[in-house]
This record gives sequence, C-alpha cells and structure tokens, in this order.
Amino acid sequence: MKQDLEETIKIIVPCPTLGAGVREDEVTRGLMLGGQAIATDAGSTDSGAAYLALGKSKNNRGAVKRDLKIMMKAQATSGVPIIVGTSGQAGGDLNLAWTRDIVLEIARELAVSPRIAMIHCEQDKATIKRLNAEGRITPLAPSKDLDDATIDSCEHIVAALGVEPFVAALEDGADIILAGRATDTAVIASFPIWKGAPWGPSWHAGKIAECGVQCAENATGGSGVLLSVDANGFEVEPLDPSNRCTPNSVSGHMLYENSDPFRLTEPGGVLDVSAAEYVSLNERTVRVTGSRWEPKPYTMKLEGAVAGPYQTIMLVGIQDPDVLADIDGFHDRLLAALYERTRQCIPEEELGEFHISLRMYGWNAVTGVKPLAGTATPPEVGVLFVATASTQELANTIAHACNPYFFHYPSIMGEELPSYGFAFSPADIPRGRIYEFKLNHVVRLDDPFELVTTEWLDLSQENGSKEKEYA
Amino acid sequence: MPKLGEVCRYIRSKQAGPFWITFDIFFDSRENFDRYHESPALSVEEFARLYGADPAYVKRIPVPQLSMIKISYPRPTSQGGMVERDMHAGQQYVRLLKVPVS
Repeated sequence: MKQDLEETIKIIVPCPTLGAGVREDEVTRGLMLGGQAIATDAGSTDSGAAYLALGKSKNNRGAVKRDLKIMMKAQATSGVPIIVGTSGQAGGDLNLAWTRDIVLEIARELAVSPRIAMIHCEQDKATIKRLNAEGRITPLAPSKDLDDATIDSCEHIVAALGVEPFVAALEDGADIILAGRATDTAVIASFPIWKGAPWGPSWHAGKIAECGVQCAENATGGSGVLLSVDANGFEVEPLDPSNRCTPNSVSGHMLYENSDPFRLTEPGGVLDVSAAEYVSLNERTVRVTGSRWEPKPYTMKLEGAVAGPYQTIMLVGIQDPDVLADIDGFHDRLLAALYERTRQCIPEEELGEFHISLRMYGWNAVTGVKPLAGTATPPEVGVLFVATASTQELANTIAHACNPYFFHYPSIMGEELPSYGFAFSPADIPRGRIYEFKLNHVVRLDDPFELVTTEWLDLSQENGSKEKEYA
Repeated sequence: MPKLGEVCRYIRSKQAGPFWITFDIFFDSRENFDRYHESPALSVEEFARLYGADPAYVKRIPVPQLSMIKISYPRPTSQGGMVERDMHAGQQYVRLLKVPVS
C-alpha cells in the first residue's frame, strides 16, 4: 500500500442507489471537479429477501439502464472507472447476470468496449456447510448457531464483499466493476484505499456517501455527492450547486440504518467515528477528520434468503357503526369464526399448518397493538385478511372457505347480515410466497478472496475476435 | 409531564438490516436533551416493555453532539414474514410520541 498520500482522491457518488436517477449534469460537474471514479451501490436488504430469493431486481430495468448509460458515457469519454456493488438489488449471481446484460446492451448501443470485472460472492451450500463444520461461522446477536437444515432452506446465499476484491479489480485495470453483494461502504471506500488513502477516512467517506445526496441538507436536492479523501480526512459536497452539506447533515447520516452510530463492523475491521469532527469548510462542503480504522480478523457477513409458505389476501372496507363501536371485539370474534370455519371446511390432514390474520387498517393494522381505551372511533376501517398455508392452492382454499364470513359476519350476532364493502371480484388475491432472510451470521476467513471469484469480460478483446471471425 | 413528541423535533424508526429496528430520537434543543434523555420512560427496561423486546438486547446510545439518543432492538418477527405489518419499521416510532417524560 502506498504511504504518505500526497494527492486528494475524488470519487463521484452519483445517486443513492443505481436506478434512483443519476443526473448527467451532476456527473459532468463531478468530472470537472476532478472526479476519478464513479461509485454506487445498486441495492440493499431494505425491501426484503424476495429479491435475493428470486434473483430479481426491485428497480425497473429501464431506470437502471438509464443510470448506467449516463455513467458509461462518462466512463468512455473520461476513462474513470465505474464501481457498482450489490448489483441487481441483492447481489446474487442471477442479480449480477441481470445487470451484466444491461451493461452489455448499453456497450453495444454506445459502441464502447470496456473491460468489465464481475465479482461473484454467491456461495454454494456445501461450502457454507463446510465452513460451519469448521467452526468458522458465528451468529450475530440475537441469532443462534447455524445448522445444515437452515443452510439447505436458503434459495441463495451471498457473502458481503469488503474492499479487497474491488481493489484487485481496479489494480487489474477494470473500467467497470459489477460486484455481487457488498457492504454499501466498501463499494465507495475501495477506490481511495486502492489509491493509498488511509482506511479510516476512506471507510467513513464511504458510509457518509452510501445514499448519495441523503447526507446533504436537502435529501431531494439533486442526486449525488463528491467525496475528496486525503491523508488526514475527507470532504463531502453535494453535486447539485443549490444544495449543501452541513456538519449536522453529514454526522446525522451516521445514524441512518445503523444500530450503533459510532462503530461499524466491516470486513476486516471496525470503523470507529466516535472521535470524528465535522466542520464546515464553506457554505456547501463539510470536512471530516478523526475517523479511525481498527483492523480485526477478516470476516464476511452472510445473507441467505428463504422462500416460505404462500399467502392469499382479501380486503373489505367497513363503515358499519356496530363494528366501529367495538373494533377490537369484532376483530377477535371474526378471527375466531374464520379459524373455526376453515377447520370445518377443510379436512385436518389436508390443511396442515396454516395461519390467518386480520389487519384493521385505520385502527391498529400497522402495529397490531390494541389502541388505548378511549381512542376515538374512526369513520371507517379497512380489514385485510391474510391466510398463510403451505401451498398457494391451500391458501386460496382457506380464503374461499372464509369468504362468506369475512364479507358478511355481523358485529352483533342475530342482527341482519350485513355486506361489507368489498373492492374486487374475484375477492381473493393470491399473493405468492413469503420471503425471509435467514442467515445473520459472519464467516471468519484467513484470505479475503476465499469466497470470491472475479470473472472478466473484456469487450475490446471480444470485439477484436468477432471482427476476426467476420473477416 | 410533557410527552416525548413535545420535546423532540423529530423521532424516526427504521430497520437497521433485516434483523434490527432502530429509533432516532432528536430532541428540539440541547437543553431538552440534557433534561429528558435519561428519563425513566426512555430507559432500556421501559423501552423493552413498550415494544415487547428482550431488555438484554436493547442498545441505547446517547449522541450528545446531535442532541439525540438512538435506541435499537432486534426485530420481534422476521422481516417480510407471515405476520409482517411494517417492512421498513417506518411507523414504529409513533408509539413513542405520547410517552410522558420527566
């Protein structure tokens, strides 16, 4: 690693996440200000495990293509590398392949021939079982020790990348890096670290800029930020000239989506920002010093996505005053009646394990916690019925069995049967499977590359050989 | 006794990875941070009771520089699971607004 960094390393983080709307004028401005790399993540676990389990992206293809095209145009004219982490929302091999195909399509359209490094970090189950048997996998609180059944239940497993594979790909001359699941921070920190910047400011800069403009005062004013990392610290400014970063907006971002705002565990160490100082350099730019990196034994965090049982839903709107006068009581009576009805209609051996819940929108659907006594009666409630069962067909069957009760069950027995306001026909909506993250574990590794493979797509070579073929 | 929502400029809840939920409680002044952040209502035990959490896992970290405290706890049911009601845990803070602080 280079010592005594003399230059300042500048990285353009053009958007909060790939597909969120890169602005061409901001990228141009970032390059004009000396940007040496364009780095962004392309996903997260925020929206759930479905995207890893299914290998699908949440962001639509058009939006991702649009953003990548702006970045690839800039790459082709300026030569600065593009670094993308957590490709295709979840960073599994399918997500990575989806992103690769978009990049290849753009390369054809722009007639450019970048060298593309694809960093794979999806793991096969046998490897994870072996590492677990060797005692190298440990649970993070409050999870328990890992067992083979849990590993087998996962559709896809990824290990979150640190900076090392990115640094190696940059060293080997990548114009575009498409990486699998990586920590948001590592995607950005890798470039200054490759250039020889100290690790504390590099990782801290990566964390602050992980959501692009979100660390600025106006989180919707533009899309990206410019980072400048040097031997003693780093600076951050929004790429939109009308927006600004302040010590509060920047230090406040350390709180975001973290359970601990001062210490962040990353592959190979802990970023400690408890002594960091945030100072305004001018109206728009904040300088940060005092970020420290504590090297630790190398670990990677594992993520595994499980596809669970199936659900079918139904929805009604209720304005009936008897129901509204006693929503909790109505909820409990109706739920009991639906369980009873299901057991009457479907033989036990066919039914297996199942679950029904009712969520009273307008009352307590968001928490399920009973409101305090004396809470005012709403003018109406929406009631969502959710049946969960081992197959879609069974979940549908439960909904069909419950249908008459759900739509007509009176609040006061013996009263004339009402019909609640149902919105759709057919009334039941099969909504597919439940997807959950199952692994909350880290794996201890002697070598940061042990679980990583880098695949190269050198379009200049490929185009050359094709030309030969056609000649 | 004021309610927490009355002495804060902003309270938010958010998932912190798939297994944790985190609350950022920003007081409206350093004065109110000093006065209220150690209120029994914001103790680990009281927080655990309010959210049905295991106090052993509740993390409570005051950040005086930002006049805020951060409280985090493990998500009680799996994110996106069978009984999910708030994927991003974005509405979980509301229960804190009316907590009386002293």
